[in-house]
Amino acid sequence: MIALQHISKVYEVGGQPIYALRDLNENIGSGEYVAIVGPSGSGKSTLLNVIGCLLRPSEGAYFFNGEDVSQFDDQALSYVRQHQIGFIFQSFHLVPRLTALGNVALPMVFAGIPSSERQIRAKEALEAVGLSDRAHHRPNQLSVGQRQRVVIARAIIMQPLLLLADEPTGNLDTHSGQQIMELLESLNAKGLTMLVVTHDPKVARRANRVIVLADGQIVKRVKGEELTSGSAPFF
Amino acid sequence: MLIDLISLAWSALAGHRLRTSLSVVGVAVGIGAVVALTALGEGARQYVIQEFTSIGSNLLSVLPGKTETTGAMPGIGGVPNDLTLEDLLALRRQIHSAQYIVPVSMGTETVSHGERRRQVAVVGSSPEFLEARELRLAQGQFLPTGDVERGAPVVVLGHITARELFPGEQPLGQVVRVGEWRMRVIGVLAEIGTQLGIKMDEVVIVPVATGMKMFNRSSLFRILVKVRSPKDLDSACEQVIAILTQRHDEEDVTCITQKAVIATFSSILQTLTLVLVAIGAISLTVAGIGVMNVMLVTVSERTEEIGLLRALGATHGQILSVFLLEAVMLAGLGGLVGLLLGLGGVHLLTWIYPAVPAAAPAWAIGAALGLAMMLGGIFGVLPARRAAKLDPIMALQRR
Repeated sequence: MIALQHISKVYEVGGQPIYALRDLNENIGSGEYVAIVGPSGSGKSTLLNVIGCLLRPSEGAYFFNGEDVSQFDDQALSYVRQHQIGFIFQSFHLVPRLTALGNVALPMVFAGIPSSERQIRAKEALEAVGLSDRAHHRPNQLSVGQRQRVVIARAIIMQPLLLLADEPTGNLDTHSGQQIMELLESLNAKGLTMLVVTHDPKVARRANRVIVLADGQIVKRVKGEELTSGSAPFF
Repeated sequence: MLIDLISLAWSALAGHRLRTSLSVVGVAVGIGAVVALTALGEGARQYVIQEFTSIGSNLLSVLPGKTETTGAMPGIGGVPNDLTLEDLLALRRQIHSAQYIVPVSMGTETVSHGERRRQVAVVGSSPEFLEARELRLAQGQFLPTGDVERGAPVVVLGHITARELFPGEQPLGQVVRVGEWRMRVIGVLAEIGTQLGIKMDEVVIVPVATGMKMFNRSSLFRILVKVRSPKDLDSACEQVIAILTQRHDEEDVTCITQKAVIATFSSILQTLTLVLVAIGAISLTVAGIGVMNVMLVTVSERTEEIGLLRALGATHGQILSVFLLEAVMLAGLGGLVGLLLGLGGVHLLTWIYPAVPAAAPAWAIGAALGLAMMLGGIFGVLPARRAAKLDPIMALQRR
């Protein structure tokens, strides 16, 4: 479903080119559960942004679901993000003045889905993450674990093909982090392709496949269970 | 879709009550000023038009002197021929579209009765003056008909003049002195108020020949021609000038139609209104900059949210619309409040000073709201564009 071919991302810093990603090749199949790990500055976030169609690569081709989205314009990229990709952020990024229901319904607003249908679908999504009794609470009235559930409900509301999670448990305690991962894995079990960027070896180990990045390149590909706490040097 | 964007914008405005209210007040003051000032200017224009039409719109005035050639006020510069009673009679003989042709001589004189005296305007005219100026009599009769060149020693008093010279007395048949002249009171005008700046209640009216002798004048002040219908005004004017040019061997009279006077005043006052509007526009510009400022703050505050919306699939255009709509709503709200403020102000003004004519014209109400929303649109473009241009990644990285 995802095919990255010779992807590079270059930034100019003080006239010097800085490679955030360097000639990166990778294929991720439909329904996979992949973790991306690596030290800070290794290019994890850049890679996630490229895959999430938030960032165009400087070089190379990116095929998403069979289309070369590296050539898409803003409108087309927005469409892909809207309909095919769900985002989960470490710091939630919920709109503080909207209720849980309003936040979950937000992607549908920009997709032009009528209000009545939005209500029904948003309620269903909140139910799916176990938050139907918190629908009318605002983010600051929810616990961090509950907030991340709202974010997950919002990410799946458009029924995407791909779920991108950037440190999904980074702001959570161990217990709610555990619950969130279980929730995400249950979605993966239903066929949703999942990509998780993380520092946490315990999270990465749960994935089927782990990609280890360093200096903008993939330095290692391992199976999740092969990863032990002892392999910490990568993080 | 639009409704959703509006409600999104509304929730953002409602989330910052103080900031929103202050911006609304800023716009409201500007719009209120425009509404109130427009009402004032427009009221003044209406008042003048009404004032002119109150003395009959089918009237034209002939005065000695040629304003166009001298480029100054009639009578100043150049020595025009007199406008005489013979001229009047010639006009009466030859202009058939005219209902009345009325001579007017003017001067000021002391009028007295016993110990009571008063300085008044003396108008010399003919019996038709009553109808031409749409005056009414309270008692007695108006000037006697007959030969205009014969000046009888009779006088018609204005309402106030009569009351002050004859308090509690019957003025009819009494004798008053007008300057050196002893004259018999034959009539009293009904209360009429001010016409074109002449206090008609405070004048005395005498036969035109008497007036000319009284002030030792050989020329009439002017000749009033009342035509039967407004469409005859221009042709009557041309006729008057043709006849008098022939009689005087040169074109030395000016003919002014009521229409022209009204048009002149109207355009002067329209300019005044525009000036007032321009003053209002300055305060609107300030308000607009206020809106822009608030929107820029909003955009930089909501960078994270903008990044999120972009990540969730909002396009450039949609982000632009959200913020533009927010600015338009902010300004539109200000427009609504300003409209109420302006109308309230006008109401208050007319309540305190009933003499000040002020009424917001209907177009101003629509224009005020339109203007306010346009203001939001114009001053909202820059912040909205800034929002739309934000890099979603940079926006999301702010924590």
